[in-house]
Order: sequence, then structure tokens, then C-alpha cells
Amino acid sequence: MSENRFFDKYGRPLIAVTGAGIVTSLGQGKEKNWARLTAGESGIHNISRFPTAGLNTRIGGTIEFMPSENNDTENVTRALAFAAADEALAECGLPAGEFGGPLFLAAPPVEMEWPQRLALAANRTIEKESTYKSLLDAARSMVPMPYYEATQFSTIANAMADRYGIMGVPITLSTACASGATAIQLGVEAIRRGETTRALAVGADGSTTAEALIRFSLLSALSTQNEHPTKASRPFSKNRSGFVMAEGAAALVLETLESATNRGAHVYGLILGCGDKADDFHRTRTSPDGGPAIAAVRAALEDAGLDETEIDYVNAHGTSTPENDKMEYLALSTVFGEAIAGIPVSSNKSMIGHTLSAAGAVEAVISLLSLQNGMLPPTINYDEPDPAIPLDVVPNTARNAAIRTVLSNSFGFGGQNTCLVLGRNPL
Amino acid sequence: MPHDVVITGVGLVSSIGVGAEAHLAALTANSPEPLFDSQRHAPIIVHAAPEIDFALQIPKREQRQMELWQKLGVYGAGLALDMAGIKDNIDLCKTMDMVIAAAGGERDLDVDAEIIARVAKGQNAGEVINAVLTTELRPTLFLAQLSNLLAGNISIVHKVTGSSRTFMGEESAGISALKTSISRIRHGQSTHALVGSSFNGEDADILLNFELAALLKRDGWQPVWERSGKSGLLTGSSSAFLVVEERKHAENRGAKILASIGDVEEGRTKRDDQAASKILDVMTKAMAGIKPDLIISGASGIPAAVLLEQKVLSEFAATPVRAFSTLTGYLKEPQFIFSVALAALALSEGTSYSPFSTTEAPACSAPQTVLAQTIGAMRGEGAVMLKRA
Repeated sequence: MSENRFFDKYGRPLIAVTGAGIVTSLGQGKEKNWARLTAGESGIHNISRFPTAGLNTRIGGTIEFMPSENNDTENVTRALAFAAADEALAECGLPAGEFGGPLFLAAPPVEMEWPQRLALAANRTIEKESTYKSLLDAARSMVPMPYYEATQFSTIANAMADRYGIMGVPITLSTACASGATAIQLGVEAIRRGETTRALAVGADGSTTAEALIRFSLLSALSTQNEHPTKASRPFSKNRSGFVMAEGAAALVLETLESATNRGAHVYGLILGCGDKADDFHRTRTSPDGGPAIAAVRAALEDAGLDETEIDYVNAHGTSTPENDKMEYLALSTVFGEAIAGIPVSSNKSMIGHTLSAAGAVEAVISLLSLQNGMLPPTINYDEPDPAIPLDVVPNTARNAAIRTVLSNSFGFGGQNTCLVLGRNPL
Repeated sequence: MPHDVVITGVGLVSSIGVGAEAHLAALTANSPEPLFDSQRHAPIIVHAAPEIDFALQIPKREQRQMELWQKLGVYGAGLALDMAGIKDNIDLCKTMDMVIAAAGGERDLDVDAEIIARVAKGQNAGEVINAVLTTELRPTLFLAQLSNLLAGNISIVHKVTGSSRTFMGEESAGISALKTSISRIRHGQSTHALVGSSFNGEDADILLNFELAALLKRDGWQPVWERSGKSGLLTGSSSAFLVVEERKHAENRGAKILASIGDVEEGRTKRDDQAASKILDVMTKAMAGIKPDLIISGASGIPAAVLLEQKVLSEFAATPVRAFSTLTGYLKEPQFIFSVALAALALSEGTSYSPFSTTEAPACSAPQTVLAQTIGAMRGEGAVMLKRA
């Protein structure tokens, strides 16, 4: 007979996190990340992996301390995804290679990158008008064919499925900068449908290439504070000027609390609710009234069975772009009213940068560590508050706080808004 | 109690036509003919998109933000919403869930050519890349490239905003997109959803990805069942969208139901000696004890996968099979959803289509049950059973 403590107020199974792994520009593993996050350190640096001369932005949270076969998006993302998932799975207590639940991988889009494109063109006489015809012929005659798998979007998830013993066909997904949160949401939904008692949710992003930096730069999304890399990401500050592109990964073993309890697994915390809502306003800008972000926060609260008085801390999306931080404040102040002044809201991105596809998962793991350790990582570089955003951003220094619940926000280009509510166990 | 799931809208674009009616007309004609372009990328053949008046579904100003992949998708989504009677119904659109299967968008080939030309002249690659991309790339092109921006454009143009998720990963992305949407409705997590995908099968850079494994057929057109050797794909630009809905939700609003749909079964079978029997298991599970009257096959044209499929299909020798890629080309992410759309139309219109090539057996009766299936070119399989509404 199942006990009530294993179910939420809607009669659905409560979902625990029994394994968590993380890699960011601050380092590999929960221990190192937590130590540096709570010390208020920045992982942002001058990029050395590829030439940055001539770029408007030359800084980032690239991960250059981990080996990967080469520096293309697929390889770096793969290395990060495996590192985070290895950590999560090693500690969850399930037999290695026999996970037996589905995999949801949030990952960046992949395509053939410049080193490969130039390698195809090398040693050929190419007329500019027929460049691609020449490349097609070059690819055709290339033996062996080393690049194909790196251009396939299912490659990483399939490799993970093989190594970990994943059930069914793994899902690779993108909801832009909300992807990591969506991976968790899909896992939660699958468990609630009764398809599985556990799921592996991973967000990984190793897409910081010159071309990616340029693409974001052309949209005026990035900070250009190249002189002081560690100061460049300054969410909620008046002088914030854009986000800092970064790499990272996080993995969460999601499991019914009943299953976790019955097998005596350590429980980091609970995923209490998820909410999402799409925006139809613009490709990169959000509805001026914040409607979809507000709806996503409210949907997550409702799904968690909580009201707005029951959120103790907000792990903000807080990208450090002028637009996002203003909109996020609008959404939070609308949902929580005047009470928002008393709810700490901090942005991990001030230290680790914006890990894009991974961010929602990375910040969920940090939220769980905050719940478990009773401590809030700060928003660093908060020297000049934005008077239009009167939030308690946990400025510059970590704070002890025995929180029971966290709201973690993720918003992305393409009108993506996904919010998670996490909680202590027992609540 | 699990909910019954039905299909109430279909949106199709391929080389053979625009919309469900055009596809039905072409595919029920005597000896349907493929349409393809053998000049543009000769000797590579592509089933290029037909002429489309995109303005019928997409305002001009929005079209300027998109390349062909996104335009095909937004257009196909509009067709499916139209047929389902949901288009312009703000209440239904803003509560509608959406799962899109996508890869990435098109590159600026002229900018690429400029970089390659300068590097060939001996200029430093890193410097050239940084300089040319910074000065020559159109800023908004990135938004035509990001995988989730097809969904984003559908939200903007058609106001579908209940939720928006994009699955990536070749044929399996389309299979999982439909599987997830159906499961959510079946278990009360959703009432109505837009599921779909589109593909630019005529862009040189997208072709290049296939040629990295020498997958494109370079010696002329043939029906998929007759292709041999290693290379076998002829790509096709396409869009395939479905509106899937809880039956009561559809009935309560008086929507026309095209077909009911079972659970999607899927696999990622290692293509070895055991593959045929494992794929047969996937199909059998989808059939749930009922032998289909018709099978819509998403056979890609890759000879090894086609051989495998023929082996599996030999278990159903009496069932007529229609492999649409003979006529439309290989559609990648949309492949499975396209086969499901044709299955739904076969049931609602009471047709088993004409044979798409000479090796396919004719069938004149109106099918009661249709199996839609896809065995991916390189990996991934999916099957689902549809029944008359």
C-alpha cells in the first residue's frame, strides 16, 4: 500500500532527485561548484580555445579544463553531458549501465563547423560560384568519413543511451535557453504518466565557437566588457549590458519519492512543479506586459500545489541583458506583489555565465544544493543597483537561509518560458 | 481511464503538392508520378518544394525573417490548424500544446563561399572567419537557424502558445514528438496539440551533411524499393503537421475527426542480424492484435534499411504497402509524421491510394485500419496504428 507522503495533493507521485551532476566554468562536480558559487567567484575569462581577434566579445565561460576530442560543439557538448551524467548516476545507487528509465537531453543544435568545412575545401581548386558543389564532391570522395556523426542531432543522446542502459528512444530537445528546464519537465511528466519510476534529465551546452559568439553579438545580446571578464555578467545591475556566453552541463536523476525511499537512496530534494507558456510577441523580445512569463510562473506554482506565499527563494534566469532582467522583475513583481521585496532572488549567471541549453538544468542542481545546504549563492558584480529592479538579489555575498522551496526560471528566444518549483524533502 | 486520441487536422507540403487535397489527388491518380529537380545540384536529384503562395498563411513581413525550412513549417502548421477548425480561434490556440521536430536552419552560402575563397588564397583562417562573419552575416539569420525557432514562428504567426517544445534528432525526433503528444493527451496532461516538422531538402549545405556519409543517390531516380548499393537518398522539401486531440474535446467542439490513433511504438534497433525481428516487435506492438488493411511506409531509400524493411514486411505479404518517399523524396524529421498524415487521410477519404511504384500491389477497398511506420535511414524506428473514426 502506497503512503500518502509519496503523493502530491493532486494524487500524483512526488518526484525526488536522487542524483545530481554539474560542470560549469567554475569547475567539475557539485563540491567544487558549490564552494566557488558560495564564495562568489566568477568563472568567466578570456577565451583561448579559438582566435578571438576582431570579435566584439572575446570573453566567455568556455570549459577548457576538460579533454574532448576536438573543440566543435558536438564534441564539447558530449564531454560535458557525460561528465555531468556520470556524476549523477554514480551516486544515485542504481547499478551502472542499467538505468532503465528514459533520457531527456537538452542540447544545442549541431552542424558542420569551420575546421571541418575548411578541411573539405583544402587541396581543391574551388570556384567561388560553385563552392558548395565542390564541397559536395569533396565530401563524397572523402574516405573514411569522420564528420558525419557530429552533424547528427541524435548522436550524443544515443551514445548516452548505450552507456547508461536508457529505456526506449532518448529524446534530444531544444527550447533555447529554457531547454534544461524542459528536459526536467519532460522527465517529470513521463513519471507522472506512470511510464517509468525514474528518468534522467540532462542539459549540456558546449557551443561556444567563434561563429556562435558572432551570431549572438549580431543580435546585440552579449556583454562586450572584455577588459574585465569576471565583472562582465552583472544581472539586475543598472550597468548590465548583455549576457556572457558559457558552457556547462548538469544531470538530474528523477525518481518517484516512493522508489527512492524504498531503496534508501539519498534525496537531494523534490521537483514539485513545472510550468511552461509560449510567447507570440517576437522572436527575441518578450511580450511587453510579461504575460507569458507570468503565466509560466503561475503554471509552475499551480502544478506544485503552492501559492505565491510559499516560495522562499527565486533562482532567477537573470541573464544580465537589459531586457531579460527587467522583464523577469515585471513577472515576479506581478505574481508575488509587494511580497517580492522580501523574497531573495539571485542569479547564478553572474558567476558562471549563461550556459544556454544547459542553464535550466545547471540552475536546478544549484537550487537543490541551496535547499540542501540552507545557503543562497549571491548575485555578484552587483555594484550599481538598477532602481527599476528593486529586488533582494543576495548582493555579492552568499547568505545562510533555511529555505523550503525554490522557483527556478528559464526564458529563451523563440518565446520559450519554463519554470520549475523545487522543494526540500520533507517539505 | 486513458483518453481516446484522434486526428482532426493534417497539413502537408511536398514536391507533389500543397495541402491534403493536392496530395490525395496526386496519390490516387493512376500511376502517380514523382516530381524532382535534376539540374540544380546535378548529378544529385532533389524533390524540390512546389510553388507556394506563402502569403496565404504567413504575412509578408514575417516571411522575411524565415528561410525555406521555417516557411514550409509555418505554412504546413497553418494548413493543419485550418483543417481542424482551430486557426484563428484564439482560445483554442493559446491552450494548444506544440511539439515540433526540427534540425537547424539554412546557412548563408555566399558568406561561406567568401570565407573559403579567402582562406584558399592563404589568408589566416581564424582571422577571416571572424572578420567575414562579423561584417557579412545578416543579424537576423541566426533566428532562421535556431532549431526551436520554427516553433517560435508558429507561435508568432498562428498564436499557438499553450506550450512549445522542439525535439531534435532526425527521424526519431518526429517519432518521439508524436509519441509524447499522444501520451500526454491519453493521460490527461493535454487536450489538443499541434505536432509537426518541416525540412529543406534542396539546400546545398543541408545536402552536404548527407554527403559526409555518401548517402545521396547520384545515378538517377528510382522507386525506393528498387534502389541498391550504399547510397540511396533523394531528399525532398516537405512539411507535415497534425492536430491531435482528445476525442471528447474534438466532439464537443464539433470537429471532423479524420481517424483515431493508437500509441506510438518506437525503437532504436542496432542494424544487425537481429534487427528485422526487433523491428517486427515494434510493429506488432503498435498493431495490438489487429492486422492493418494498409501500411504507409516511410522507407527512406537507403538500400540497407529498405532491405531490412522488406524483410519485416514479408510477414505481412497480403497487406498493401505505400512508400511515399518514392514520390516525395526522403523527408528526414517529418518522415514519420508525413506517413501518419497519409494514413489519416486514407481512412477519412476511404482510399488505399494507387501503388506508388510497380512493385506495390493495388488495393481498391476503403481501409478500416492503417499502420504508419518509419524505419530510419540510419537509426530509429516508429510505428502507430490508425483506425477509422
